[in-house]
Amino acid sequence: MPSNSVSRRDVLRTLALGAVGGSVLQVIPLQAAEQVHHMVKREKAQTPTGKYRPKFFPAHQYATLTALCDAIVPADEQSGGAVQAGAPEFIDLLTSENKEYRLKLGGGLMWLDGWCTDRNGNPYLTCTPAQQKETLDLIAYRRNAENDASISQGVEFFAFLRKLTTDGFYSSEIGIKDLQYMGNTFLRDFPGCPPVPEG
Amino acid sequence: MAQVHRSATVYDVCIVGSGAAGGTAAKILTEGGLSVVLLEAGPPLDPSEDFKEHVWPYDLPHRGAGVGGNALKPGNGLEGEFVAPTGAWTIEGEPYTSAPGSNFRWYRSRIVGGRTNHWGRIALRFAPVDFHVKTQDGLGDDWPIRYQELAPYYDKVESYIGVFGTKENIPSAPDGIFQPPPKPRCNEIIVKQACDKLGILCIPSRLAILTQPLNGRPACHYCGQCGRGCVLASNFSSSQVMIPPAQKTGRLTLVTNAMAREILVGKDGRAEGVSYIDKKTRSETRIRAKAVMVSASACESARLLLNSKSSLFPNGLANSSGVVGRNLMDSTGSEGVGYFPQMEKVPPHNHDGVGGMHMYIPWWKFDRKNDFPRGYHIEIWGGRSMPGVGMFHDTCDEVEGYGASLKQTCRKQYGAQIGFAGRGEMIPNPDSYCEIDPDIVDQWGIPVLRFHFKWSDNEIKMAKDMQQTFRSLVETAGGTYTTKTIPDGNNPHGIADGGVIIHEVGTARMGSDAKTSALNGFCQAHDVKNLFVTDGACLVTNPDKNPTLSIMALAWRASDYLLDEAKKGNL
Repeated sequence: MPSNSVSRRDVLRTLALGAVGGSVLQVIPLQAAEQVHHMVKREKAQTPTGKYRPKFFPAHQYATLTALCDAIVPADEQSGGAVQAGAPEFIDLLTSENKEYRLKLGGGLMWLDGWCTDRNGNPYLTCTPAQQKETLDLIAYRRNAENDASISQGVEFFAFLRKLTTDGFYSSEIGIKDLQYMGNTFLRDFPGCPPVPEG
Repeated sequence: MAQVHRSATVYDVCIVGSGAAGGTAAKILTEGGLSVVLLEAGPPLDPSEDFKEHVWPYDLPHRGAGVGGNALKPGNGLEGEFVAPTGAWTIEGEPYTSAPGSNFRWYRSRIVGGRTNHWGRIALRFAPVDFHVKTQDGLGDDWPIRYQELAPYYDKVESYIGVFGTKENIPSAPDGIFQPPPKPRCNEIIVKQACDKLGILCIPSRLAILTQPLNGRPACHYCGQCGRGCVLASNFSSSQVMIPPAQKTGRLTLVTNAMAREILVGKDGRAEGVSYIDKKTRSETRIRAKAVMVSASACESARLLLNSKSSLFPNGLANSSGVVGRNLMDSTGSEGVGYFPQMEKVPPHNHDGVGGMHMYIPWWKFDRKNDFPRGYHIEIWGGRSMPGVGMFHDTCDEVEGYGASLKQTCRKQYGAQIGFAGRGEMIPNPDSYCEIDPDIVDQWGIPVLRFHFKWSDNEIKMAKDMQQTFRSLVETAGGTYTTKTIPDGNNPHGIADGGVIIHEVGTARMGSDAKTSALNGFCQAHDVKNLFVTDGACLVTNPDKNPTLSIMALAWRASDYLLDEAKKGNL
């Protein structure tokens, strides 16, 4: 943390003192303090234990979705991946509320299994790792659909899921830390742009 | 409908709307000794509950994407879960329509403080020339007042709400009373260097955010989240800065969930009060007042005037000229993004700053002939802002693939974009106006607006110039311009649909001729002396300066005038 960042305790103290003499905001600082309390409480709250129960996807589709999320943003030496970041839960929640997503993702997963079964005799999840990689290497690029029109729907599906997976990952604590974002703090002064290394 | 309630109290003034104009008027009028009833169509605001300041995306189940991913839809960014309440492009049960061929979008806010809860806080004075441009280029109309008459009110507003900036002595961007600006961010330094090479002005921005404490409001703590609402009120909103002092006088009666239906007029042709629907009980109440001030936002105010028809005023109130609803203007908007490899090398640091740009480009080509009239300014964004949903959609489209390489690309590209938003002046035209839809009412039984909107060649040429400027800025700075626009179609050169910039104004303009304007220079209706319209409706032109600061200065001035009239016994 930079030395000029202010602790939550400082904020609470400032808020408590904020309403002195002639303030137009006699009430606000107390409410603000309460907000900070809510925040701390939320941070302390345990994340619910136990397995997530999907709201939209049936078990098999949810398992496939999870495998795809893991392939799109995997864990690496620096950070965890999209599954650890809760991307499947996030995508399932949005899909349960949106007809268009249900078509694109629910239908897309059906398409994927159908295509894999035609080609490899098994749905995506039970294909060999090599077959799975071959499948994703095909549908992960628009140019492949130009050569093989039979995969164009798969390419569309994967492009949509790729965006939602990055949404799920980079809106998570793991993803935000992975990018080394250093804000959302209380600063007394804004330090400006740090020296940028030459070359 | 149930029985109509009639209030026994006769207030001095009934104000409709609690945003920039209504809040300012409520403060000035109550502090001046008048009793005021303020009608707000939405609920009260509770910053501790309603503001999402300092909340992380992962604290919310939808991560900021909204129910069903609503905020991820193109153009819906302002409906995200983090945005301060309660603005929306669509309001359940309160529709509006667009005439065939017009694609107007109307962003409305129903809550105490209105759109000042979420606004960009860009606080720019109109320039002296903006008040008499017709004299120069023959387009639109001149104002009935001059800069010198409004300048003392700009001073008052800036001194009270707190605006940062620097004195620059630029004719198109007059200086004000400023607090010191924050230091520039990395992306802004890159743009400034490119501007210097190209002979383009780039100066500290002017935002209604405190960098020093003012009237008990603490200075900004630089979390970059003004758009979510600030629990500390370090930024300006009507709800936190204008309404509280009005309430402190004991002379303000704030009525929430009150949807104004009609301005009531007596046999003598004077306004007698306002009829509103209580949204909670769906019943009608009639408030009586000695004067009425309409501050409901430009189009909502036009709607209320047009719906206030009577035998005395068959075309609606304050509309003997027929201009109410006419001269609808938004800002001309076009946007662009560049990718800057040198931003990849910027070490991780806290980039948040205030909730908005620290530097901007004021209109700089005021000293030469351009192939379009008037001017525009450029707003700047970019850099290592808080990650969240939508941030890597462009990256996904561009690099495709999956796995470790995709993750590595996101890491590399994070914060390496700089965006530009041009905001320019639209010339009023006869094809852009709003009127009452003859067929449709809202759920409160109130006839709704129908919009007609068309950009002219003036604005399209301006949007083209914006795109050329963005590209040359990006390329001069060593970046790659990634925005693609086409010169034709519905949005030539990326010009935004009407209403999208949320600077809609002009629908009950002021003027010295009662045949061509609805109001005089004090926002007072020519036809009804105790009726005032103080929001963006009163603007004669819509210069390239975001209108809120001017709306507040005009509302303050109109309120001072109303106080004077009251003292003279003219209420």
